[in-house]
Amino acid sequence: MKQLVILSGKGGTGKTSVAAALAHLASAEMPIVLADADVDAANLELVLHPTKREEHVFMGGQVAVINPDRCTLCGRCYEVCRFDAVFPGDDTYRVDPLACEGCASCVYQCPATAILSEEQQAGLWFRSDTRFGPLFHAHLFAGQENSGKLVTMVKQQGRLLALDEGRELLIVDGPPGIGCPVISANAGADLALLVTEPTVSGVHDLERILGTVNHFRVPALVLINKADVNPAHTAKIEAYCRAEGIPLVGKLPYDTVVTAAMVQGQPVTAFQPDGPMALALRRVWARLRQYLNGAGLSPAAVGR
Amino acid sequence: MIICVASGKGGTGKTTVATSLALSIAGQAPLFLDCDVEEPNAALFLKPELIDQEEVGILIPEVDFDKCTYCGRCAVVCAWHAIAVVGRRVLVFPELCHGCGSCTLSCPEGAIHEVLHVMGRLESGRAGPIAFGHGILNVGEAMAVPIIRQLKAKHVANANHSVAILDASPGTSCPVVETMRGSDFVLLVTEPTPFGLHDLRLAVQVARDELGLPVGVVINRDGMGDSGVDNYCAAEGIPILMRIPLDRRIARAISGGEALVEALPEYRPRFVELYERILAQFDSRKEAR
Repeated sequence: MKQLVILSGKGGTGKTSVAAALAHLASAEMPIVLADADVDAANLELVLHPTKREEHVFMGGQVAVINPDRCTLCGRCYEVCRFDAVFPGDDTYRVDPLACEGCASCVYQCPATAILSEEQQAGLWFRSDTRFGPLFHAHLFAGQENSGKLVTMVKQQGRLLALDEGRELLIVDGPPGIGCPVISANAGADLALLVTEPTVSGVHDLERILGTVNHFRVPALVLINKADVNPAHTAKIEAYCRAEGIPLVGKLPYDTVVTAAMVQGQPVTAFQPDGPMALALRRVWARLRQYLNGAGLSPAAVGR
Repeated sequence: MIICVASGKGGTGKTTVATSLALSIAGQAPLFLDCDVEEPNAALFLKPELIDQEEVGILIPEVDFDKCTYCGRCAVVCAWHAIAVVGRRVLVFPELCHGCGSCTLSCPEGAIHEVLHVMGRLESGRAGPIAFGHGILNVGEAMAVPIIRQLKAKHVANANHSVAILDASPGTSCPVVETMRGSDFVLLVTEPTPFGLHDLRLAVQVARDELGLPVGVVINRDGMGDSGVDNYCAAEGIPILMRIPLDRRIARAISGGEALVEALPEYRPRFVELYERILAQFDSRKEAR
């Protein structure tokens, strides 16, 4: 079983549209499992129309809760909190649950033992069926922490099912950025597909996401989306990939069919199977399959 | 007046709107903070002269072994398992530590002091009349929030700017909350597609419903998708403060690192108007109170 993670650094480069197309193409050839690791803005379900089979509560971190009956208003909790989560109220100190990091420093420091740490429900995760295979996805409640932990949960579930059922590929649609949920999405992947675009931001963010996957020793491949929007920057990315020894797995044109497919709730490869976008994505999938099979993945691809 | 520019979905044009807004009201000498510390891109468009640089991170424990009795209290109180006592050794795992200081406060021997674990840096300077600051999370570091918190503490808390514009990261979890917190208005940039709408709803939940902040929407690449965002805003009573059409000239300018209002100056008055609408929204809300 191989694990492919789709990342980008910069948001909105087309990760989810590419993931949905790859799910469509890959599932025609092998049994797959899907995981949407962008748990604070999960969009894969908008294209895959999953039927929910299981729903589970995700318990996130702890939050401090002050018992007003025991509080002596000494202010020690307010003093020790480094996250600006404790503030004075009328008759007791209060905790802002969104700001509380769950460190329990105040719990241990309160001389009146008026504070408890309580585990909070931070979201839900689901096992669903789609026409391309099982999908694990989640909803992190608005403003919650611990998205990395939820990402790990969603991925682990996908991995276990793939191993149980002998499914050959786990496709992980990752979140933007380079921080905690990205590190969790990337962990244990056999291959990272980095979707970029030929803009100054795209180039800048590609370097940072590449640094991140290299740091965690996951081999990377680059896909340039909307390559014709700025050919000069596309050439720059190609040169950069050559210099760094990162294989370029393809280029996609700017094509409004991507939005049209999204509006119809379909992978672009299913929406217009013979269009230039679908053909380009088929070539990308063919190359990816080779890399997943181990062909052409030299240590150079692991980068610096 | 602190305006936070956020979006939910990535790549909708937050930085495009935030930088053009700042450039269009440059006469007011605004403060601009790029709070997307994972992927800070505003400097590519505002091209500030960066004068000041500072390493930032969190305070992590360091054990003084002359005083340590290996009682294990530090490990008991740590919510992150970032410190462990194994026999006559104390191990600290900086990548797990959140810098809360609980172990230091709880050590009965006073055997722990704190040292800075560098996770990134803050840089600041000027882009003409605009005071500029951004944070950069080091590659391989997980936690963006401490960088954002220190960036804001450094510039927003003790500033006397009439306007501050904060450019947030995509998503709706802790880095976005940290950026929005304390803002007077949240400007949500979206695109009229199913993905844009889905993530806009989540961003509204955070900004309006959880944090209780006034929100307004900018529809970018207007005309590209469907009418879902318009219908949603109408049903929720969320004002649409600006529309930027789907225009290849804009895409090209931005791809090359040009700010929208510099490539297409005819947009400048429209951003001034956006600012006036934000002020009007903010004032009408104050009166309603």
